[in-house]
Amino acid sequence: MISFNQVRKRYPGGHEALSNVSFDIAQGEMAFLTGHSGAGKSTLLKLVAAIERPNSGSVLVNNQNVGALKASALPFLRRNLGIIFQDHKLLFDRNVFDNVLLPLQICGFDHKESAKRVRAALDKVGLLKREKANPIALSGGEQQRLCIARAIVNRPLILLADEPTGNLDADYAQDIMAIFKSFHQVGVTLLISTHDAGVLQDTKVRVLNLKSGVLQTGPSNPNPAAARS
Amino acid sequence: MRRAYAQHLSVLKTALRRIFNPPLAGLLNILVIGIALSLPAGMYVLLQNAQGLVQQLSGTPQISVFLSMDAKADDIEKLRKQFTQHPAIDLVEFVPRDVALQQLKQSTGLADVIGGLEKNPLPDAFVIHPKPGNAETLDTLRVEIGNLPKVEQAQLDSAWAYKLEALLKFAGLAVLILASLLSLALIAITFNTIRLQILTQRDEIEVAKLIGASNSFIRRPFLYFGAIQGLLGGLAAYLIITVSLALLNQPLASLSQLYASPISLHSLSLGDSLSLLLFSLYLGWLGAWLSVARHLSQIEPG
Repeated sequence: MISFNQVRKRYPGGHEALSNVSFDIAQGEMAFLTGHSGAGKSTLLKLVAAIERPNSGSVLVNNQNVGALKASALPFLRRNLGIIFQDHKLLFDRNVFDNVLLPLQICGFDHKESAKRVRAALDKVGLLKREKANPIALSGGEQQRLCIARAIVNRPLILLADEPTGNLDADYAQDIMAIFKSFHQVGVTLLISTHDAGVLQDTKVRVLNLKSGVLQTGPSNPNPAAARS
Repeated sequence: MRRAYAQHLSVLKTALRRIFNPPLAGLLNILVIGIALSLPAGMYVLLQNAQGLVQQLSGTPQISVFLSMDAKADDIEKLRKQFTQHPAIDLVEFVPRDVALQQLKQSTGLADVIGGLEKNPLPDAFVIHPKPGNAETLDTLRVEIGNLPKVEQAQLDSAWAYKLEALLKFAGLAVLILASLLSLALIAITFNTIRLQILTQRDEIEVAKLIGASNSFIRRPFLYFGAIQGLLGGLAAYLIITVSLALLNQPLASLSQLYASPISLHSLSLGDSLSLLLFSLYLGWLGAWLSVARHLSQIEPG
């Protein structure tokens, strides 16, 4: 579903964020991306969503070479992705409901169907009762869950999450991991970046460990104590 | 089809909400556009009225045709026939030389001088009323008549018509230049308003791009914004012109009583009003389009 082949990404100024990264994530697989901050996790996720383009190598998503896509084809790639941003990227000029509605408006769903889907997504993340609230009035954990609701409302094939538990206390983090697992169970492909190896302790999932832009091979589940920064 | 319609309707509502948020700024923008458009459009209306008025007062110009002294009665008859059959001539009047002399005596008070002449120095003449036409066609007709046999001279007594037409043409050109400049101003106003809108909406644009919005989806509300603002500006211009003319018509009515001929200003015709509205809508759309093309590509998520 997601396939990196010898991918190198260098930012203007010479900083090499990723060097020679190769991996495959199968359809329906759930994988974690770990590493210190600055190890290239966000860059890797941005390459999948074609927010950045690789300098060399190829990034295949759903069998499309993302790096070579025309600008006009990007929207259709991104409609298959649900992205949970590190900084949430919520819109504070509209309420919770309308924030989740936005992806459906973009795809042109009709009003009735949209409302149904928005409420289903909000229900899934436990925000159904807050649909009239402004996102600014939500707690950090609630904002994170709102961001998840917006990412899944369009029923994407692939879910990308950048530090979804970054600033949350352990209880919230567990809630959110539980939500991700439920998506995994219904066949969504997930790629989740985290520097918080604590959430991995009781999971038997694939782990991709990045160190200064290089993908580490070896034991798939790193020692939690060593990975904690 | 219904889905697309509903989408456009919701974009329309969004655009309207943004135009009037804050309300005063929106109204001021529309007023500025309205004033900018009402200047050339108002001058155009006044010009049209002036043209109508001049035509009403002057009727059509005349051509005086002087025959040579040796023209005989059957020559005159032949010419009269030619003139009456000519497609560009409306009316023909024959002025015999004796009648012309009588008129001259009466009108100038030179009876003594004229009485002292041995013979009548005046030729026979025709007065021709051409069908309405512009200066050029009238002159062609004059030359054509001047070249006929037994015609000494054909004179177009409408030097003033030339001048007036040139003057109106000049004024028309001035209005056109003014209209072009102010159209540019309208495009510039919209360009800038949309630029500010895009800056305000920056977060939304970025997020929308990240979750798969096509460029046309992002562009649409701004284009609607420009077009609607232009249309409302055009409407404001229409109201300004209509109210101004109504105000001008009252003193004009008392003035026209003094001249014993009814003068009143006509407002924009239905066709002209529609053109004004469509034109302002188009200009607003164009300004928005240019602005969006210029500024939207600068917002790339990263």
